[in-house]
Amino acid sequence: MEVDRPVETAQPATHFNGAVAAKSARTELVPTTVDAAQLRRRKEAEKEYGRGRKIPVKNIRDKKLRSNLKALENKYTTATLRLKDSEILHENTGGFLEPETPLERTYKVRQDDILPDVPIEAAKKRFDLKLDALGPYVCDYTRNGRHLLLAGRKGHVATMDWRDGKLGCELQLGETVRDARWLHNNQLFAVAQKKYVYIYDSAGVELHCLKKHIEVTNMEFLPYHYLLATVGNAGYLKYQDISTGQLVMEIPTHLGSPTSLAQNPRNAILHMGHQNGTVTLWSPNSTTPLVKLLAHRGPVRSLAIDREGRYMVSTGQDLKMAVWDIRMFKEVNSYFTRQPASSVAISDRGLTAVGWGTQTSIWRGLFTKSSLEQEKIQSPYMAWAGDGKRIERVKWCPYEDLLGVSHSEGFSSIIVPGAGEPNFDALEANPYENTKQRQEAEVKSLLNKLQPEMISLNPDYIGNLDLLSAEQRKAEKDLDQKPKDPIADIKNRGRGKNSSLRKYLRKKGSRNIIDERRLRIEELRKSQNEKQQKKLKETEAELGPALGRFARKGA
Amino acid sequence: MDPLFQKIQTLSRPASSAQTPGSNVAKQPRNLDPSLHPFERAREYTRALNATKLERMFAAPFIGQLGRGHVDGVYTMAKDPNNLQIFASGSGDGVVKVWDLTSREEIWNANAHENIVKGMSWTRDKKLLTCASDRTIKLFDPYNTSSGKAPTATWLGTNAFTSLSHHRSKNAFAASSGVISIYDLEKTNAPPDVLKWPTATDTITAVSFNQVETSILASTATDRSIILYDLRTSMPLAKTVLNFASNAIAWNHQEAFNFAVGSEDHNIYIFDMRKMNRALNVLKDHVAAVMDVEFSPTGQELVSASYDRTVRLWSRMKGHSRDVYHTKRMQRVFSAKWTPDSKYILSGSDDGNIRLWRANASKREGIKSAKQRQSLEYNEALAERYAHMPEIRRIRRHKHIPKVVKKAGEIKSEELKAIKRREENERKHTKMQFRKRRNEREKMILAAEK
Repeated sequence: MEVDRPVETAQPATHFNGAVAAKSARTELVPTTVDAAQLRRRKEAEKEYGRGRKIPVKNIRDKKLRSNLKALENKYTTATLRLKDSEILHENTGGFLEPETPLERTYKVRQDDILPDVPIEAAKKRFDLKLDALGPYVCDYTRNGRHLLLAGRKGHVATMDWRDGKLGCELQLGETVRDARWLHNNQLFAVAQKKYVYIYDSAGVELHCLKKHIEVTNMEFLPYHYLLATVGNAGYLKYQDISTGQLVMEIPTHLGSPTSLAQNPRNAILHMGHQNGTVTLWSPNSTTPLVKLLAHRGPVRSLAIDREGRYMVSTGQDLKMAVWDIRMFKEVNSYFTRQPASSVAISDRGLTAVGWGTQTSIWRGLFTKSSLEQEKIQSPYMAWAGDGKRIERVKWCPYEDLLGVSHSEGFSSIIVPGAGEPNFDALEANPYENTKQRQEAEVKSLLNKLQPEMISLNPDYIGNLDLLSAEQRKAEKDLDQKPKDPIADIKNRGRGKNSSLRKYLRKKGSRNIIDERRLRIEELRKSQNEKQQKKLKETEAELGPALGRFARKGA
Repeated sequence: MDPLFQKIQTLSRPASSAQTPGSNVAKQPRNLDPSLHPFERAREYTRALNATKLERMFAAPFIGQLGRGHVDGVYTMAKDPNNLQIFASGSGDGVVKVWDLTSREEIWNANAHENIVKGMSWTRDKKLLTCASDRTIKLFDPYNTSSGKAPTATWLGTNAFTSLSHHRSKNAFAASSGVISIYDLEKTNAPPDVLKWPTATDTITAVSFNQVETSILASTATDRSIILYDLRTSMPLAKTVLNFASNAIAWNHQEAFNFAVGSEDHNIYIFDMRKMNRALNVLKDHVAAVMDVEFSPTGQELVSASYDRTVRLWSRMKGHSRDVYHTKRMQRVFSAKWTPDSKYILSGSDDGNIRLWRANASKREGIKSAKQRQSLEYNEALAERYAHMPEIRRIRRHKHIPKVVKKAGEIKSEELKAIKRREENERKHTKMQFRKRRNEREKMILAAEK
């Protein structure tokens, strides 16, 4: 990718490690009392571990409810503080790559330069697999990053424990393979073959043939819902529950064969890129896309979403890489790629790898979680050129500083310092798990399997109170309430043709009947009119004789 | 490229990060960053749902019956306030038995009366007072005498006695018949003090001493009244007449001014004695008259025995029962009591059996490991947190009840709806429409006298 030299300005906006250069040094005295430190600590904890806004308890009149809510709020506050304090127990710190002087560029560092500088154990993770006969290959890592699945277009499928270099199983399917995915752990994987999707176990034994999934091109697995989502040339999105074997949902997209598919790890919504440049968002609960956005002028080649579900990076045939804020579906920035990027992936710590042509570039800081405006990055963080190998897919290895690049001549694992989440949660995904732990985790996750109905754009809606209908029910139950006076509710907006009074007159004015209600309306109308006239006069006087004619009624 | 880049670090976790050397315990490091734990609400809800289902799956309230029960129906029971395991029961044929809860066996019995034993109470020196409709009150000593021994004292009354209650600190007790008589145990031959509402003539059905504010006494009568007395003034305090007569009265042990009455109209009313124009709560679920009611020692829950052959458990704050207990063979239940540790419930029914139940149907009292206890507590908190969700509420509320009771409940709700509909229709066309509807918590009060 062509890279512009960043223009050296007087003050760089942000340091790449996130530090912001202060415009003016703070010289005034800052209170350094315990209170301020406490407050700061609380704020930091709230920012990182908080669960939304507090409930204002002051205005609650019910004593018992108020004290309950207060206790609850205190519990939340202490919980966030304790979570913040528990960070001290994290064993590992993240990797990094920093230039010595401002003139150096990190994207010039090659893998050969890195290898002597890192521990032997880390250097061993850099390897290449030469598989030039049956490519191009697609790759996939298990959720804990321990196992690697490779599938060549011409029917070669292999799994391996890449850390030990142990081959799991190897299959020669002898037919086209379009995509391959690990399922919930390293015991099962799905392969999209020429006609159907097949599920194999870790020994390579064919367990299932999913005949409902025909000519599948893209697959995604939703680990918490145990759903395998596939979409094929016909454009049918299908969700299959792999724990029960049921086909949960089958949705025709009506948008032709898709060009890319990605899942949002935060809310399990699927993002699908199409030939016409649109990206559509799907859930198994609606037959129409939840959102449709025009991302590119040309087919969307690849999509990736960051793990917190805030940003999406899409690449298209139009030589564009766009960063989207998917909370408001707004384009944050767009970048230029010299060739259409075939694959894009976002790492745990927000590094974006883009494979285009025979090259891979890695970007850092395309989006930052906690700042309002996102700046345009001038140059990539790292780059890797694969000696004329066409990049098919890039995939980050979870919990490692590794990028897996599968290409036309096999697979390369390259070191990218600072990519992986340093501290894993053993109860979520454990890269060092043993058989017992894996089995226990499988049982636990099956017990906590989420239902497909729970998938929605906002995953936190579950458990919310339905206040609106409760209020309505309460109102219906109260037979002694006073009848509402519709006229009292009419506000004096007083401007335009559609003031609420006019509307009321038009709809319910009952033209030729003069009754008490009608008289009240007339009176109201008169008083509103008088008020307006008076106000108009006042503004006229205020503006003076020359400008008085511009005074408007109801302004 | 010159080796200028000194500042490189990549992630490399040593082998000891997975397992401490020399140990066979795998490490389980945690990282509680929310972005590593997606779908937290949905997953928590799923766990809550599982917890609720498990709670219902393990619900097995019935433990067993005591000994071989009575020959006739059990109409009254009394627990010794100074002992966790000893309690007495009285039956329709005048037999009184004393039971040991740990062995679930009978330890003492006597052919005490010639008629239905109506009330019993333990004295402060561990003796047993019984009263019956044969117009006598007798004092037994089950701890020190053998079965079948004659009573140590006997009082004769003019009318059949209906209920007994012992004073918390004094050696005195109240017995009700047409009037309330206060007997002094130290002066066995002295005539009792008599308490009476000036105009009342009907039988008093239940009497109960407040155990905290010890001189307060409450009674219910067949003339539908609830009367409160204060022994210090020897004058009745207040009389409240409800729409229906009440069968039982019980004070809250923790909130001394609150008491519950079990009514003939199938409901239980909780009153504040300082504010008798309105009930604190109305507990509705029974489909026949409530025969007995008692607050748990914690003051948070109630148990009620009903003529519809069920025992129900209530929370003080909620309007509907928390659980319902029944068996195929259990007949009309006349008395229900909490054990003093509030973990078990005893019920005495018309079929002569005394049954022992768990107060919490799915709870087991065995020793648990810390991990087990933690997970139970976690499950309980989860189920509580998501209690408002429709699916969880449905599972929690779903209880198997006998067909007869279910049918009776349906008929009852149909009839109540009809009454309500009729009233609303009447309101539309008469002067009643200008009157405000009465609150459900005030409806049962007919009149108040002072």
